[in-house]
Amino acid sequence: MLHEPAAQSGHDPSSSYKMKLGMWMFIFYSIFYAGFIAINLISPISMEKTFFSGLNLAVVYGFGLIIVALIQALIYDRACNLKEKELAGTQKTEVK
Amino acid sequence: MEMMPFLLFVFFVGLVLGLSFYFARQARSASGYYAAGGTVHWFVNGIAFAGDYLSAASFLGICGMIATAGYDGFLYSIGYLAGWIVALFVVAEPMKRLGKYTFTDALDAKFNSKGIQLAAAISTLVVSLFYLIPQMVGAGVLIQPLLGLPHYVGVILVGVIVIIIVATAGMTSTTYVQFLKGFMLVIFSSVLVFYMCGRGLTTTPDQGGAVPFYEYKIMAASEAGDSVTPADQSYKVSAVKDIKKDRFVKLMKEGVESWWVRQPGETAASIKLREAQFVALRADGSKIINGLASTAGGKLRQVGNMEVIAGKKGAEADTGSLSPIEYLAKVGSHDSVIGLWKDASFEDGTDKVKVYYSYPAPGNKVMRPGMKFKVEGNFWEKLDFVSLMLALFFGTAALPHILIRYYTVPSPAAARKSTIVAIAAIGFFYVLTLFMGIGAMTHGVVNVADNNMSAPLLARSFGTFLFSIISALAFATVLGTVSGLIIAASGAVAHDLMDRYLDMKLTDKSKVAAGKASAFVVGIIAIFLGIIFQGMNVSFLVGWAFAVAASANLPAIMMLLFWKKTSASGIVASIFVGTVSALGLIMLSPDMYKMYGFDPMTAPVPFSNPGIVSIPLSFITIVIVSMFSAKSSPVESNELSGA
Repeated sequence: MLHEPAAQSGHDPSSSYKMKLGMWMFIFYSIFYAGFIAINLISPISMEKTFFSGLNLAVVYGFGLIIVALIQALIYDRACNLKEKELAGTQKTEVK
Repeated sequence: MEMMPFLLFVFFVGLVLGLSFYFARQARSASGYYAAGGTVHWFVNGIAFAGDYLSAASFLGICGMIATAGYDGFLYSIGYLAGWIVALFVVAEPMKRLGKYTFTDALDAKFNSKGIQLAAAISTLVVSLFYLIPQMVGAGVLIQPLLGLPHYVGVILVGVIVIIIVATAGMTSTTYVQFLKGFMLVIFSSVLVFYMCGRGLTTTPDQGGAVPFYEYKIMAASEAGDSVTPADQSYKVSAVKDIKKDRFVKLMKEGVESWWVRQPGETAASIKLREAQFVALRADGSKIINGLASTAGGKLRQVGNMEVIAGKKGAEADTGSLSPIEYLAKVGSHDSVIGLWKDASFEDGTDKVKVYYSYPAPGNKVMRPGMKFKVEGNFWEKLDFVSLMLALFFGTAALPHILIRYYTVPSPAAARKSTIVAIAAIGFFYVLTLFMGIGAMTHGVVNVADNNMSAPLLARSFGTFLFSIISALAFATVLGTVSGLIIAASGAVAHDLMDRYLDMKLTDKSKVAAGKASAFVVGIIAIFLGIIFQGMNVSFLVGWAFAVAASANLPAIMMLLFWKKTSASGIVASIFVGTVSALGLIMLSPDMYKMYGFDPMTAPVPFSNPGIVSIPLSFITIVIVSMFSAKSSPVESNELSGA
């Protein structure tokens, strides 16, 4: 049932790259998230303004926070995969 | 008891138990029991993450809160999902690389510190128990409409089934239970939203013709000081109660009592009385509900409807089928009005009365934050909102039962990929929660006494089959999450405390036995807690669990990974300060004062969500203690990252 062998996770030459990239992406998302909180505190009335296709800013921003999280996650995974392949000579870390 | 819900319930429980017995042989080693042997495929693990994470709080609590407080409930969805960003970008791969069975393993990977083993195990137990309460409450809530059994039976049933799941096959059976549940929950929630949009909006929802829409009476009256006189002389005023800003009037007609709420009229003396629902508990223990004895069929009506839809009333307001975007746009329109409900409790002679009454809420206000979390309120109310959002953001990546799922996959890259699958599944589900909550709010299905059942009751308005499957899934939701929590707690006791902290040198076999025994004890405790906390909104309670996790664990994890000078003493101090400060602030908060039966205004802490204080405090503690503590194996961050 979709089991796979456990791999020894020792030295990973791409880990510092992934850590830095993850940190930047985390910071970007944190700012986006903080923006949502800030608008609610500074100008809550703005949240009820129609923003897109009849939906107000609160709904669009809320859905946006969910969608952006997924987009960022996919970008991060793609970048990590490429780096892992590039440095595969050092240690194979690719997932089947 | 209806047969279809019962049969589906039995089928789900049978499936879950069958899986557990099937996988039992794989849980004979400690690795098999605590981490499913580290061989679960990343896709299965990702959906199992969703099954683990989409708890009773997500499904029952969030939908219930949206159904009664609008967009504010959706804040939980946003925060819960955003937390996965922290999990993916910061902790996923290092956690897999450093740990073995428990979150404590990862924290202690470079120190081998007794202090860390003890502190992390205690924080795991505290967070898991806090998280268990709402799950067990959710089980009790579900069992009443599903099988017609009392709350405590649901709690005991979940406790017993989960103990069997965990004690037979540990993390392996838990993983597949969570996988199945996560997958089916997303699918059938989508079906529910599809049906809901197909029905559209009306000002007189009748649950597809099954329950006639009840029009609450509005009566003219005159008012002079404390005296109220209804225009209809057949009603006699029996009592007038002023509770905060609202006035409630008890009227008698032909020996039947009813409660009404005052509404302003055209002049100060000419007012309106709007019919309310009520439960009056007599001194002899009998209950009068909406004028009838509970034993003679008196019961509360389900509520929730739009009074005005985009400027239209009555039959012309009926929309017919709507697209999902149109649905939300109509509800959130500046020209829409929704009938929301609140309650007030007071004493009337020897009766204890609880009145439920509706008030008109503009659509544009309902569809933005502010109904529950006062973003336009005073400083403390705003701080409460920020604090909640902070705890939700940082809580996910600090939940022990989520972190241990990183040990079930074969590699750090698989940990990363499974997190992305989780984000996709969980994110999609959270979008659905807004629809399900708003759907319940506008389809006349909300139980005024307990909003936790809003989503399953919405499903019931589309027929018994959908209700049965959604309820059985909700029950499976509780099973999946509780299993994960009990595995995490049993790992903390058997692996962290007994094997490592107490140095009992358990063999592989006895470590599994200790884990199973711990699971049994934690399961029993969970049953007691689930019975005691009956009636609390489950999402609200989970918000506190997140605050404790974010305060106790996340600062330690982040500083360990990103600050070379982090010391073992710093980690220990940070965990204890985070746990104690978060718990202390919760205990002294207005919401807890309300639970104690005190006036919330007298609470020493003016906000209910502790994260804004306890998370920074925990970070400051780890920095200060690490700087001043004796040199204890400072950590090389590149070493921890695997570079």
